Amino acid sequence: MDLSSINPILLLASLMVSATPILLAAIGEVVVERSGVLNLGVEGLMITGAVIGFAVAVNTSSPGIGFICAALAAALLSLSFAVLTQIFLSNQVATGLGLTLVGLGLSALIGKPYEGMKSPSLDKLDLPLLSDLPVLGPLLFSHDAMVYISVIIVIAVAYTLKRTRVGLILRAVGENHHAAHALGYKVIRIRILAIMFGGACSGLGGAYLSLVRVPQWTEGMTAGAGWIALAIVVFGSWRPWRVLIGAYLFGGVTVLQLNLQAAGAAIPVEYLSMSPYLITIAVLVFISAKGNQGAPGSLGRAFHASS
Amino acid sequence: MTDVLMEIRGLSKSYPGVVANDDVSFDIGQHEIHALLGENGAGKSTLVKMIYGLVRPDQGAMTLNGQAFAPSEPKVARSQGVGMVFQHFSLFDALNVGENIALGMESILPQRDLAQRIREVSQAYGLPLDPNRIVGSLSAGERQRVEIIRCLLQNPKLLIMDEPTSVLTPQEVQTLFATLRKLKSEGTSILYISHKLEEIRSLCDTATILRRGKKVAGCTPSDTSAAALAEMMVGASFKAPQKKQHELGKTRLSVKALTLAGNGSGKSPISDLSFEIAAGEILGIGGIAGNGQEELLAALSGEALSAPQMCQLNGENIGHLGPNARRTLGLLCAPEERLGHAAAPNMSLIENALLTGALRKKLIKNGFLNWSSAEKFAKTIIDEFDVRTPGTANTAASLSGGNLQKFVIGREVLQDPDVLVVNQPTWGVDAAAAAAIRQSLLDLAAKGAAILIISQDLDELIEISDRFCALYEGRLSQIKKTAGLTIEDIGLMMGSATAEATP
Amino acid sequence: MIRLEKRLNPSAVLTTITPAIAVLLTMVMGGAMFAILGKPPLEAIRIIFWDPLFDPTFASYSRPQLLVKAGPLILIAIGLSFGFRAGIWNIGAEGQYIIGAICGAAVALALYPLESRLIFPLMVLAGALGGWIWAMIPALLRTRFKTNEILVSLMLVYVAESFLASVSQGLLKNPEGMGFPGSRNLRQYDSAHNAELISGSGMHWGVVVAFISVIFAYILLTQHLRGFQIRLTGEAPKAAEFAGIKPSRLVIFCLGFSGILAGMAGLFEVSGPAGQITTDFNSGYGFTAIIVAFLGRLNPWGILAAGLLMALTYIGGELAQLMLGVPGASIQLFQGMLLFFLLATDLFINYRIRFGKGK
Repeated sequence: MDLSSINPILLLASLMVSATPILLAAIGEVVVERSGVLNLGVEGLMITGAVIGFAVAVNTSSPGIGFICAALAAALLSLSFAVLTQIFLSNQVATGLGLTLVGLGLSALIGKPYEGMKSPSLDKLDLPLLSDLPVLGPLLFSHDAMVYISVIIVIAVAYTLKRTRVGLILRAVGENHHAAHALGYKVIRIRILAIMFGGACSGLGGAYLSLVRVPQWTEGMTAGAGWIALAIVVFGSWRPWRVLIGAYLFGGVTVLQLNLQAAGAAIPVEYLSMSPYLITIAVLVFISAKGNQGAPGSLGRAFHASS
Repeated sequence: MTDVLMEIRGLSKSYPGVVANDDVSFDIGQHEIHALLGENGAGKSTLVKMIYGLVRPDQGAMTLNGQAFAPSEPKVARSQGVGMVFQHFSLFDALNVGENIALGMESILPQRDLAQRIREVSQAYGLPLDPNRIVGSLSAGERQRVEIIRCLLQNPKLLIMDEPTSVLTPQEVQTLFATLRKLKSEGTSILYISHKLEEIRSLCDTATILRRGKKVAGCTPSDTSAAALAEMMVGASFKAPQKKQHELGKTRLSVKALTLAGNGSGKSPISDLSFEIAAGEILGIGGIAGNGQEELLAALSGEALSAPQMCQLNGENIGHLGPNARRTLGLLCAPEERLGHAAAPNMSLIENALLTGALRKKLIKNGFLNWSSAEKFAKTIIDEFDVRTPGTANTAASLSGGNLQKFVIGREVLQDPDVLVVNQPTWGVDAAAAAAIRQSLLDLAAKGAAILIISQDLDELIEISDRFCALYEGRLSQIKKTAGLTIEDIGLMMGSATAEATP
Repeated sequence: MIRLEKRLNPSAVLTTITPAIAVLLTMVMGGAMFAILGKPPLEAIRIIFWDPLFDPTFASYSRPQLLVKAGPLILIAIGLSFGFRAGIWNIGAEGQYIIGAICGAAVALALYPLESRLIFPLMVLAGALGGWIWAMIPALLRTRFKTNEILVSLMLVYVAESFLASVSQGLLKNPEGMGFPGSRNLRQYDSAHNAELISGSGMHWGVVVAFISVIFAYILLTQHLRGFQIRLTGEAPKAAEFAGIKPSRLVIFCLGFSGILAGMAGLFEVSGPAGQITTDFNSGYGFTAIIVAFLGRLNPWGILAAGLLMALTYIGGELAQLMLGVPGASIQLFQGMLLFFLLATDLFINYRIRFGKGK
């Protein structure tokens, strides 16, 4: 085993890139779940974002426009989930899984002609001075724009939830939708908007995969990233900063075990690839055993105004 | 400048099948604490909901400071200076005090300023609150403070309080009274809904008494005795008990110092309850909802477990046994909530008959269900208890309240229990069905069963129980024989401001 | 203003026709989607739904495939339906399927080259046990620590897949396989082969067990106390407690039951149509079965029909891929839309639309 072939700085840098798609999807889902809705269709939304982002980027030669269209498309698709669960009062688990299927199928259909193509990708930013710093340069300041945008989104969500009235109302709706309704807040409207925001974020995450991380379009390329994002939300107790740490941790473990595999580690490859999931389970158990999970009080329950 | 803050003239409101308020008129003066008295079902909540804008009156009008007042929703009422503290709080447990208050307010204050104002106002009125504390960690009294401060920050001219002391300790009650008196001196009037006669006598300037939707009297509480108030509230129309006097058998149910730990959500736990019921006897426990009735039923049904010796059936310890073990031994229960607890709303009457009758009616063999026997059982219940329904296949939710209650009670009665515990047997039930239910309970007792009836309907309890006591804040008052009980006794037992230890 | 008003009794008429309506709507929407992409809509719909069964050229190949694909879907979905009714969400059936297959195959490979009639039943038992154990992990974590079973069972799918990759290249690798990954082919091991019982029908033991499970589930659900308890817990949890049902027992039963069935499905698949343990022998049945369960409205007969319908769409999808160049995965779009339309039309079973003001 040749551990010296692993460059710790590159490792840490690639951690952020690996984590970004999951982080984007997870932070969007945090907003959705804080409003009281469980959206299991994140995988379908991500892959839709991936294919739309790729297709648009190829056709317009602009990854930026690709990202924007990915977000819009995923938000639109999530609207179908929103209508079904909030207005048609359908079961959230079933509808979320249906959304995953629709997303996977739709993206396969749309993406067929684009297989094998290359798309314009995002360049790594070259920030004056900062990028040239010895260790921190490549580590923190030489990523593409989306990595920074994802962190900015986390900061924005954290601030909005904690310090603005909009965030307060959203949290109230998620905690106790009957009390919120009694106080005059429009529960269904707020949830629909939250779902669309979550959709847009998942779309961005998916587009990052197809435009930057891989970068290519293949059917089913999200390979479970959406499910990981869902786990990270619980892992992070529905708090934005913890979700960031969780995403980076997961990204880190993934990247580490890949590097260990490449370096010819003594541990069999398969056990290494299991490790991120086992660790996630362990943390989930630990959090739930502690008792106070911090889950929004109305999470997953349908709201029907009964006067 | 008149002395009157709010004029209420001829307010009426009806719902299908029931007249909630019938031509109610009274005045609330400036600088006045005005009590609104009446039993459950008298129409108090509907009346204040109209004042607060939650419900539109069918007829009648109101004025506030001389101007017409007809709020279309609570927001409008709040903006015109009417605030309300509900009996059941609209609070968010996971959020802190400041956030909860901000959610209930119209104008948006920056967080820091709001926190400052909360501290000031709460200190000033003797209800100190820390804006950063999580509401879930507050006691019931502290939660009420949050609701009150939420109203006070909007400078109300009229503050409506619905059963405010039902969740407070005696100490907290005194603090609240001091606050209310201070508010009154500063120009806010208070509309104070309560049953607690002694409290009203010591706090309120005037009182309006409702009974069955109508205003029956207005008076000055400090000049009126508690007995007179109780009489006006309850009405002196008691039917003499029509029960056959029969021999009482041995003790069937024995409860000793029954105590349950609370779950901290504002519901009163029950502590140190002790009573015995003999075969053929009916014990009535009165009291306003929220004083531990649900918990008592759960402790007796087996949904909540206690120490084994706290509940004894025919001499055997059962406190640690679950519902089905207790059913087998002969203890049956009928909870208050018909749909969702006593019966599954979307399941058929046959299935609901099976729900509790499976063991005693032998509807299961080797794990397999005997549907034809279950159907027969359901049919028997329907026939003997006159349940109006097209058939046994109909869902429980399709039945009217009265018919479903007849079914629920009938289901338990037809299983020949040794002990039957019923919580609110005739709540929301029409008069005919209620009479039938009561008669069936009397008949069951005559056959030798011991019956415990928990109810908010005093008439009912006086009519059919042999002995009576009241449940207040999770404790029982003295148990007295019903015969010879005066209205004054009852009112005082139910409205005592301090808990009496059972003898 | 449009309001939703709850019905007193669910509409029996709508309960029966909504699946048909949902299928029709899906065909219309799907056709429209194909038209947008430049494929002939009517022909596409015909290729997906009609041809696999009746077209002279393809039917003889695709009809047996119907049972081959429907069998595992139905078997797993039946297991899932009990838990779903009671609010116990086993999303990780795919993992239980894989582990069941591994355990069953391991038994066979350990006994190789012994020939005996006992080997296959032993494999089935091992498969059931493997699936059961894998499902007990989320079950116990939920009852002891209140951990959400959706996430745990899902994570375990990935663990199972890694485990599968490991054993197919290590422990269970075929010593005579010339270095290729994958176990010995069980189709060539007579005692272990899950062969077609009626030639050309696609019916192997897995399909038989699937049909038996439908009947078993129907009886359990309608005639047995357990089924009643499950239905009651899903309908009215408070009433269920009042009736003396202990929630933790139900969790263990439902997850265990679905684990057993999923494990068996995995075993039947790996010893039959798939043939060997390879890194990717699992084809997502565990996830598709979730859709089948919902499409069948959690009812055994519904699941039977939904399983057959889903299998039809799979085969039709393959055909469409062949004939029209449409990507195979696009059939998932159809399946997703079918579920969406069913969920949407389901609303009207319990609610009525009312026009006018409320309050």
